[in-house]
Amino acid sequence: MTKVLHLEAINRSFGDRRVLRDVTFDVTAGRMTGFVGANGAGKTTSMRIILGVLAPDSGEVTWQGNKLTREDRRRFGYMPEERGLYPKMTVRDQLIYLGRLHGMTLDAVRRNVDELLEWLSLGERANDPVENLSLGNQQRAQIAAALVHEPDVLVLDEPFSGLDPMAVDTVVSVLRERTQRGVPVLFSSHQLDVVERLCDDLVIIANGEIRAAGSRDSLRDAYAQRRFSMIVAGDAGWLRDQPGVKLVDLDGPRAVFDLADDADDQAVLRAALERGPVRSFGPVTPSLAEIFREVAR
Amino acid sequence: MNTSSAIRLVAARELKVKIKDKTFLISTILFLLIAIASTVLPAMLGGGASSVAVADPAAATALRDAGLEVTQVGDDAAAEQAVRAGDVDAAVVAGPKVLAMEDAPGDVVNALSSAPPVQLLDPDAVDPVLAYLVPLGFALVFFFTSLTFGLQISQSVVEEKQTRIVEILVAAVPIRALLVGKVIAGGVLALSQIVLLAVVTVAGLQMSDNGALLSLIGPSIGWFVPFFLVGFVMLAALWAAIGALVNRVEDLGGVSMPLQMLVMIPFFLVVFLNDNKAVMTALSYIPFSAPTAMPVRLFSGDAATWEPLVSLAVMVVAAVVLIGVGSRVYEGSLLRTNGKTSFGAAFRDKESRRLANINS
Repeated sequence: MTKVLHLEAINRSFGDRRVLRDVTFDVTAGRMTGFVGANGAGKTTSMRIILGVLAPDSGEVTWQGNKLTREDRRRFGYMPEERGLYPKMTVRDQLIYLGRLHGMTLDAVRRNVDELLEWLSLGERANDPVENLSLGNQQRAQIAAALVHEPDVLVLDEPFSGLDPMAVDTVVSVLRERTQRGVPVLFSSHQLDVVERLCDDLVIIANGEIRAAGSRDSLRDAYAQRRFSMIVAGDAGWLRDQPGVKLVDLDGPRAVFDLADDADDQAVLRAALERGPVRSFGPVTPSLAEIFREVAR
Repeated sequence: MNTSSAIRLVAARELKVKIKDKTFLISTILFLLIAIASTVLPAMLGGGASSVAVADPAAATALRDAGLEVTQVGDDAAAEQAVRAGDVDAAVVAGPKVLAMEDAPGDVVNALSSAPPVQLLDPDAVDPVLAYLVPLGFALVFFFTSLTFGLQISQSVVEEKQTRIVEILVAAVPIRALLVGKVIAGGVLALSQIVLLAVVTVAGLQMSDNGALLSLIGPSIGWFVPFFLVGFVMLAALWAAIGALVNRVEDLGGVSMPLQMLVMIPFFLVVFLNDNKAVMTALSYIPFSAPTAMPVRLFSGDAATWEPLVSLAVMVVAAVVLIGVGSRVYEGSLLRTNGKTSFGAAFRDKESRRLANINS
């Protein structure tokens, strides 16, 4: 069977506050699953439950069809929301320690650490205490800490926050390499453009409920309104009176509009051509930000 | 990987970090210097027996028998010359008369006089200066070492909470492995400091020819080591628990105050009340003060041979209870990151037991 990390009807409350409500979704092997939601929507709580640092009130997490055990979790890589490593320990010692805690032999972990630090362009800082590193480099060290033991599953809470665009690319290439080896990766982010660029699958959570989950493209199709943009030679103001058209944006010759379900886009194009030249006409795919706003409302 | 190898890894890291730590090195060196200073120096400064120059062979024999360092010279003039030159402390010349530069050499005078017979009614009584210094020594060593290494356990726990690395650790190994590893590392360090100190003290006493004192204090030092170990381990889990209650090192001071008192109060009681036998007997059975009070009582000869065993047994029982409480509070508060947790709330915490269930 495919390697799937599955959350089934997870519920969790803190006191009277219900933080997760029947949270159910999959993280599939070899795919990057983006986990998006507003602050306090329940992303971090879900991730902590996956890692076993928080217990669910009900529901369960399974890996390859079986209930998660501590042994399984030891093979997980985790980057918690609030970052931290031992400030006075060197990057290398720290990674070796964490690798060994995850059950690796000293030889194996040493090899991994060197390779990983090289990949993350941290090789030169390997023997510096973490507290002497820049914030960006500390963040890279944190990612290395999640990867050092060649985890079977990666759960990363906001892995890109605090990274400059170059570092984001480095980290993305490292993560891509993992998914190619068949590792499922779940990552949360509030940088929707990054998620849009990276994720294969998407899980959207709002107020502790999963509002949408599935492949990025299928979600895009599902939430695509029939929206079009058009550039004509003259003024596009006449669109206002076109049946079935709802103007979203109009700026002289440029227009963005939604079409009613029963309206024909080709009819609108013909009407435009009758009035003069049409420079551009096409459907607008919704951005993740738009889908998110729509779904999380 | 099983729990015991996780414990080993945790303890090894703690040891590695602490051994490089300046506080540890400085406190160890300081203690050793004090131990050396208080055993070797008095003998060196005191200079031991006086050296004496004498011409008369009969007097020389008498002086040698008294344990003095005798230099046989040709005549009284040579003897006097030896004193003036500083070659000897004193000279015995015809008379007999004792010659010395500034101080009358008591041991030379005693060797030549016939003292009335003395019968001591309490021959085992301890020199009053020692009777004051020895309890102070035990109390200070226990107090400082227990406090230093205890606080280090707390700090190491807070550091993991404050930096949040604890979430990564807990996702990988059982919470209890973290606790046990830290306690073992703290115990090993504290005990090695104590043993080193005991060895240096005993060696120092031997080197300084203080055999009498050594036979007096040796057994107390021997008992002090196991008492110290049990006393330290008894509180170690509580130190860890205290660390887990707060989120920042800055908050540790206030929260750890009750525990610091638990170490400090016995210290003052033993130092100030060590001549009160009833109080000392009670203190030597109260687990918190026993590590100091019982060796002190053994030193002053007030304790029967079975007493340290009973007291140790009481401490072991107390240790089992306190480790249970400490580890429960530690587990109940380690993953709470929203501000300070109260001891009671951590003790009653249900979350940690649910976690233990899902991770079983």
